Amino acid sequence: MAFSNFFENLKRFPLIFRESLIRHDKPVTDRARSQSVFSNIFLHIHSTRVHRYALKPTFTFGLGVMAAASFFILLVTGVWLMIYYKPSVVEAYGSIKDIQNIVPGGQFMRDVHRWATNIMIVSVMLHMSRVFYTAAYKRTRSFNWVLGVCLFVLTLLLSFTGYLLPWDQLAYWAIIIGSNIAASPVELTDALGITHIFDVGGLTKTLILGSENIGQEALIRFYWIHCIVLPLLLILVLSPHLWRVRKDGGLARPDNLTEKDLEGTPVDANAETVFKNAPEKTYNLMCLVKGKTPAVGRGPEQTVSSWPNLLVAEVAVFMLTLAIVCVYAFALDAPLKEIANPSVPENPAKAPWYFLGIQELVSYSAFMGGVGIPTLALIGLIFIPYLDREEQVLGRWFDNATGKKVAWHSVFFSIITCVGMLAFLVKFGWLRNWFPQIPQIVITVINPGTVLLGAVVLWSFFIMAKHDSTRMGAISIYTCFLVMFLILTYFSVYHRGPNWDFYWLKSQWPMH
Amino acid sequence: MNTANDDTINRRDFFTLSTYTAAISALFVSILGLLKFPMPGLFPEVSSAFKIGKPEDFPVGSTKVYQDKNVLVSRDAEGLYAVSLVCTHLGCIVSTTEKGFKCPCHGSVFDGVGSVIAGPAPKGLNWLDISRLPTGKLIVDTSKTVDTGTKMTV
Repeated sequence: MAFSNFFENLKRFPLIFRESLIRHDKPVTDRARSQSVFSNIFLHIHSTRVHRYALKPTFTFGLGVMAAASFFILLVTGVWLMIYYKPSVVEAYGSIKDIQNIVPGGQFMRDVHRWATNIMIVSVMLHMSRVFYTAAYKRTRSFNWVLGVCLFVLTLLLSFTGYLLPWDQLAYWAIIIGSNIAASPVELTDALGITHIFDVGGLTKTLILGSENIGQEALIRFYWIHCIVLPLLLILVLSPHLWRVRKDGGLARPDNLTEKDLEGTPVDANAETVFKNAPEKTYNLMCLVKGKTPAVGRGPEQTVSSWPNLLVAEVAVFMLTLAIVCVYAFALDAPLKEIANPSVPENPAKAPWYFLGIQELVSYSAFMGGVGIPTLALIGLIFIPYLDREEQVLGRWFDNATGKKVAWHSVFFSIITCVGMLAFLVKFGWLRNWFPQIPQIVITVINPGTVLLGAVVLWSFFIMAKHDSTRMGAISIYTCFLVMFLILTYFSVYHRGPNWDFYWLKSQWPMH
Repeated sequence: MNTANDDTINRRDFFTLSTYTAAISALFVSILGLLKFPMPGLFPEVSSAFKIGKPEDFPVGSTKVYQDKNVLVSRDAEGLYAVSLVCTHLGCIVSTTEKGFKCPCHGSVFDGVGSVIAGPAPKGLNWLDISRLPTGKLIVDTSKTVDTGTKMTV
C-alpha cells in the first residue's frame, strides 16, 4: 500500500508540486486573475483590479515603472560587477580595465550599469514632474510625495558614489570637490569667526573621507555607501512609496471622468454593468470573501483586472527600458578617464551632465551652490504638498487652461532671467571682478545663483497673488526650477571650457 | 489615601516619565556611538614638510614648481616664498599662467602673488612657511600657512 502510494505520488509529483506552488487555477477567469495578484507576495503591491485611467499611457507615460525598472537593472548589473571590482586605491582602476578588456561581456555589463543610471535619473525627474503637474501629491498623498523626494536624493547620491569607484581622473577630482563642498560651511563659520570652536564642515569632511586626505579610507567608504547603505535605504523607502499608492486607491485621477478621458484604455465588459452577486459578479478583493460584496447593486466602476492589463503594461515598460539601455550600451561605451593623478586635474574637470547645473552654481559660491541652494530647493520640494492644500481636480496635466498658461509664462520668465543672468555674467563678471577686496560673505549671499533664486521666489509670489491660488504659485516655482536646471545644465555642458571659461563651441577650446 | 495635590507627581506618571527618559537617552547615546564609530581615531603620520635644497639653488627671479607636492617656490629681490597650488575654493590644483594662476574646475583666477581676482575662491592661495635647517637646507611645510607677502630673506 505504502509502495503504491509512493510511486503514485512520484508519478504525480510535477502536478502536486505545481499545485503546492501556485494555489489557484490558471488566470483565465476573473476570480483566478484576482487570486493570482493577491495571493502572490510580489504581485500584491497591486490591487486586484485597477482603474482604467491609471492605464492611460498619456497620463503617466510609465515613468514610475521606468524608474523602478532601471533600478532593477542597476541592482543586477551592480551585483555582477562586484565580482571583479576591487575597492583598493592600487587595484580599482586596473580592475575596471580588466572588466572592460578581459571579463567576457564585462564592457557591456559596465556600459549597461552606467547608462541605466542616466535612464534612472531622467525617469525619476520626469516622474516627479508628472506627479507634480497632475497634482497627484494632494489629499492623502502628501507624505508619499516626501518619500518620492527622498528617493530622488538617494538616486543622485547613488550615482555620485558610483562614479567615484573607478578611481580615474573623474572619480578622484569629484571626491576632492565633493568632500570640499561638504566642508564648505567653513565659509559661513569663518565669517562668524567660530570655525575653531565649531568646525561643522571640517568634521563632515573627515567623517566622509575617514582621514585628512583622500585615499584608501575614502574609497572603501564610498564603496560601502554605494553597494550596501544606499541600495538598502532606497529599497526601504521605495517599498512604502509603492504601498501607499495602493493604499490611497491607486493613481490619482479626476473625480468626474468622461468617456474621452478613458479613450484608448482597456475595457472590462463585466465592469460596465452594475455589479451583481455570484455567479455573474466580477472579482475584486472583496469579492473573494464569501457572501455579498458592498459593491453589489451600485453603478459601474471603470476598473479592469490587474492581471493581465496592468502587468502587461509594466512588463512592456520594463522591456522598453531594457531595450533602450542595451542599444545605448551597444552604441556607446561608458567613459573611463586616465588613472587618478593628484597633481593635475583635468581641464575642464566636468562632472557627469546631471551634476553640471550644480557645478555651475558651485562656480559662483561653494557653499551656496553646493549646499545652500540645493538644500533650499529640497526643503521647498518637501513643503509643496503642505503649503498648497487647495482642493482641486487631480490627475489632469496642468489642471486646466490657467495652469497651462502659468506654466508657459513661467517657462518664458525663467528663460529670460536665466539666460540674461548668464549673458551678464559672461560679459561683465561678478562682484569679485569689480571689487577684488570684497569680503567672501557678501559673495556667498549675493551671487548669480542666489539672485536667480530670489527672482524665482518673487515671481512665484507674484503669480500666487495674481491668481489667488497656492497651486498656481507652486506650478510657477516648480516650472522655473525645472527650466533653470535645464538651462544651467545645457550651459555648462556645451559652453564651459578650459578653466571654466565661456566658449560658444567646443572647437574653439585652446589646445594644450 | 489619595491625597496628592497638583505639585506632586503620582507613582504611575513618575515611572512613565522615567521610562521615556531612559529610552530616549539610550537611543541618543547609541546614535552618538554609531556616529563615533566611523570617525577616524588616528591619522597616518605623513610629514607635511619637504626639503627644497639650499638658498643658492634659487637665483633671484627663478621659480620652481614641486608637482607632487603642489607647491610653487619663487625668489625675487625681496626674498624667497612658497605658494600652495591648491585652490582655496574646492581643492583643485591651479595651473600657472603668465599673469598668475587659474583653476580648471570652477574658474577662479589669482594674480601673481595668489590673491583672488575673479571666480568663486573665498580667499587667495595659501602662502607656506619656509624654514632653514641647521645644515643650511630649506624646508617648506604645507601644513603651516603664513600671511601673504611673507618672504624669507636669504
